[in-house]
Amino acid sequence: MTGLVTSFGSGAMTNSIADIVRGARGFFVIGSNTTEQHPVIGMGIREAVKQRGAGLIVADPRRIPLTRLATIHLQHRAGSDIALLNALMNVLITEELYDKAFVGERTEGFAELQAAVATYTPEATADITGVPPALVRQAARLMADLRPLALLYAMGITQHTTGHQNVLACANLQMLLGNLGVPGGGVNPLRGQNNVQGACDMGGLPNYYTGYQLVASQEARRKFEAAWGVTLGSTPGLTVVEMLKEAEEGRIRAMYILGENPMVSDPDVNHVRRGLERLDFLVVQDVFLTETAKLADVVLPGVALAEKSGTLTNTERRVQLVSPAVSPPGQARQDWEIICDLAKRLQKEVPQGLFAGWNYRSPAEIMEEIAALTPSYGGVRHERLGAEGLQWPCPDLDHPGTPILHVGRFPRGLGRFVPVDWLPPAEQPDEEYPLVLTTGRVLYHYHTGSLTRRVPGLMELYPEGRVEVHPDDALKLGIADGGVVRVSSRRGSVTARAEVTQRTQPGLVFMTFHFAESAANVLTIAALDPVAKIPEYKACSVRIEPVA
Amino acid sequence: MKTLRLTIDGVTVTAREGMSVLEAALEAGIYIPHLCHHPDLKPVGVCRLCLVEIAGRGMTISCKTPVEEGMVVKTESPDIELARRVAVELLIVNHHADCLSCAKDGACKLQEIARYVGIEEERLQRLRRTTRSLPVDSSNPFFLRDPNRCVLCGICVRTCEEIVGASAIDYAFRGYATVISTLGNRPIVQSRCESCGECVARCPVGALVPRQERNPAREVRSVCAYCGVGCGLYLGVRGNQVVRVRGAAESPVNRGRLCVKGRYGHGYIGHPERLTTPLIKRDGRFVEASWDEALDLVAARLAGYRGDQFAALTSARCTNEENYLLQKFTRAVMGTHNIDHCARL
Ligand code: SF4
Ligand code: SF4
Ligand code: SF4
Ligand code: SF4
Ligand code: FES
Repeated sequence: MTGLVTSFGSGAMTNSIADIVRGARGFFVIGSNTTEQHPVIGMGIREAVKQRGAGLIVADPRRIPLTRLATIHLQHRAGSDIALLNALMNVLITEELYDKAFVGERTEGFAELQAAVATYTPEATADITGVPPALVRQAARLMADLRPLALLYAMGITQHTTGHQNVLACANLQMLLGNLGVPGGGVNPLRGQNNVQGACDMGGLPNYYTGYQLVASQEARRKFEAAWGVTLGSTPGLTVVEMLKEAEEGRIRAMYILGENPMVSDPDVNHVRRGLERLDFLVVQDVFLTETAKLADVVLPGVALAEKSGTLTNTERRVQLVSPAVSPPGQARQDWEIICDLAKRLQKEVPQGLFAGWNYRSPAEIMEEIAALTPSYGGVRHERLGAEGLQWPCPDLDHPGTPILHVGRFPRGLGRFVPVDWLPPAEQPDEEYPLVLTTGRVLYHYHTGSLTRRVPGLMELYPEGRVEVHPDDALKLGIADGGVVRVSSRRGSVTARAEVTQRTQPGLVFMTFHFAESAANVLTIAALDPVAKIPEYKACSVRIEPVA
Repeated sequence: MKTLRLTIDGVTVTAREGMSVLEAALEAGIYIPHLCHHPDLKPVGVCRLCLVEIAGRGMTISCKTPVEEGMVVKTESPDIELARRVAVELLIVNHHADCLSCAKDGACKLQEIARYVGIEEERLQRLRRTTRSLPVDSSNPFFLRDPNRCVLCGICVRTCEEIVGASAIDYAFRGYATVISTLGNRPIVQSRCESCGECVARCPVGALVPRQERNPAREVRSVCAYCGVGCGLYLGVRGNQVVRVRGAAESPVNRGRLCVKGRYGHGYIGHPERLTTPLIKRDGRFVEASWDEALDLVAARLAGYRGDQFAALTSARCTNEENYLLQKFTRAVMGTHNIDHCARL
């Protein structure tokens, strides 16, 4: 997200699902196993390719299902995205295939980009990416032909120490091709969980208030100080990985965790456990006694989505309303009421401020407060959402919402090319840990599995975590398809069943992270992207051996 | 789009250019029997039930005939009736019509057509061959495939091809032996099938039916609880239980489509392992507590950690309103910007 803020001045999916699947003449899917992670968008891509002949270029270290339909599959090595993207841009520039009008009128920094990618010829990068130079050239030419082209990416791009850089490179490519501000184009990050976009929009981030108003900005601070009647700091807080580290070192002493399960979802799980165990006091509010809730001092039962009213913001910035369908079990309570009750207990006197209090009558009233403090949500009200919702920015009550960002102009004025250089992943394979591990999701499960693992049919279809190993490696290591293996990294080891498959490439193993007992995140590395602070899940070094 | 006028059975009907005669009739509230037509799919004209007579052209199938200005259409005539009756009887003689034990009873297109056409039981008995019995495919945990009730309309095949793009099923064998099959006629769970249930949602008869689903008493519009696509859906509720989910056709996000998690992954909602009361850990074990007890304790303990000794993780699974409140709580009440969530992705 930070990457797109740098390039355009706003960070979210630039286009809408509908305009992409209906209007794109081509798709460039990089670091997104769309048909398994975002299945309904995956269906839309397949429909566009099969029914109306749209082109498809997939860049992925694995032979993901979409590659079956792809015109070109660039099977680059894990962690070589920037080298690949720069090579594509190198071809577009040297063969003069880029959109000169767009670059001239709507962007700045082209000369720097040109200089920076000059050495990234397909030939020079082949050693890094493993992709034949002719194929890179072919892909670049196809991209230039297929305009508008929609670029889609997901965690395969962001979950690297260079994630921020990867996103910048994606933005550079799409500006070069002139694919911004038009239907069927755009830079489109697909968000993982159903309300990640909303959690970010609502200021669930250490450096932003709602709507990406900077904690460090004096203007934003004054506004929230006045609204809430308190004094606020101007230094950003800690990210989740930093929190857990500080907890382990005894500087964070109490935590409140709402509906998250870092004991499965976060990198280097052993480290997470040590952090959480070291706390003086841990509160977890969730619907199940998750692996994380088990470590808590107090567990508060919240309610499931089907039991609440409120809004969610999907990956295309669409704010949608849900209403309760069933009533919650036992004494489980509405999550918003729990937080308000607690706030009132801790805030003996209500400070002076228009929004200082905690006496809301309904989630609709909370949305009015959000709208008043958040320009991009200014026109959002529950009663306006109807069947289709509203896409932000929606600054006022008469605004119809914004399906496509950056039409005619970027929030920062001109789009900015920020050249980036390829850097190797934080951890390199060596003799002791010779293989690269990458993690991801499968169709039948979701995130930490706390919901899907309680649906028997889904468990029947995909009962346990598996490790995908390429046949070449399997042969070398004596691993049989279906056999149990131990996967070890510098941080720990887990056992799981091996699946010997051509989906992956030699030297690369793949694991899902939905299963607590074979949690891939015991192995992963907490090294952070220095800007976006997203941990490196997508490449760490491992060793793998059969278990007798 | 250009509008046109035509007459169907003497009624003047307006239609849009590009519509079929069948679509124009259905939109105008004029019923023409049809089985292989589905509004989401390209017409193929395989069931031959939607026969009409067009002045100057004779008998033809209406689902593949585009409307034209001034067209004069008849939906009934002795010829049509005869041809249609033959087509329906051919479907029914091979069909295991034990409607009372069929999940589709009452919502079945074949029943609707048989009733409209008026099939005589006696004639059917005479026609009935020794009905073949094919094995039911129960390999998928979410739906059954019963080839004995299949009318070979191809809607499932086209759905999987045109809408889902998975291409898991197709027609196999020829003539009387024709069935819908996976590659190599393997159980569906061993095919490319992604268990999305889109074909199940469109099958006009009882050949593809959900397992363990009951009819809901009411429906509530909602959004999928899983991934960031945010598909619009209807939760079908019976008593206090979600018993069925269907995609919301009017949602611009998914146009009615769902994946396996959205359609069939709702079993966690009323799951017996749900937390039902606050828990407080005493001597390493959780004991049940009242809300006042639990919240008093949390407030008393958190009061000692205001400022940067405190941190909160908010949730990519909770609503915007809840996320807003937790960050307001963290910043305004606890006095720190230590707030984040686990999915900065
Ligand atoms: S598919 Fe229709 S006609 Fe056949 S048994 Fe079921 S309800 Fe009766
Ligand atoms: S299974 Fe249903 S949809 Fe498929 S061909 Fe048979 S009747 Fe038609
Ligand atoms: S469930 Fe979905 S993927 Fe499977 S056959 Fe039906 S339409 Fe195709
Ligand atoms: S139905 Fe599938 S694609 Fe749609 S939101 Fe749910 S999980 Fe995502
Ligand atoms: S509906 Fe026209 S041929 Fe089947």
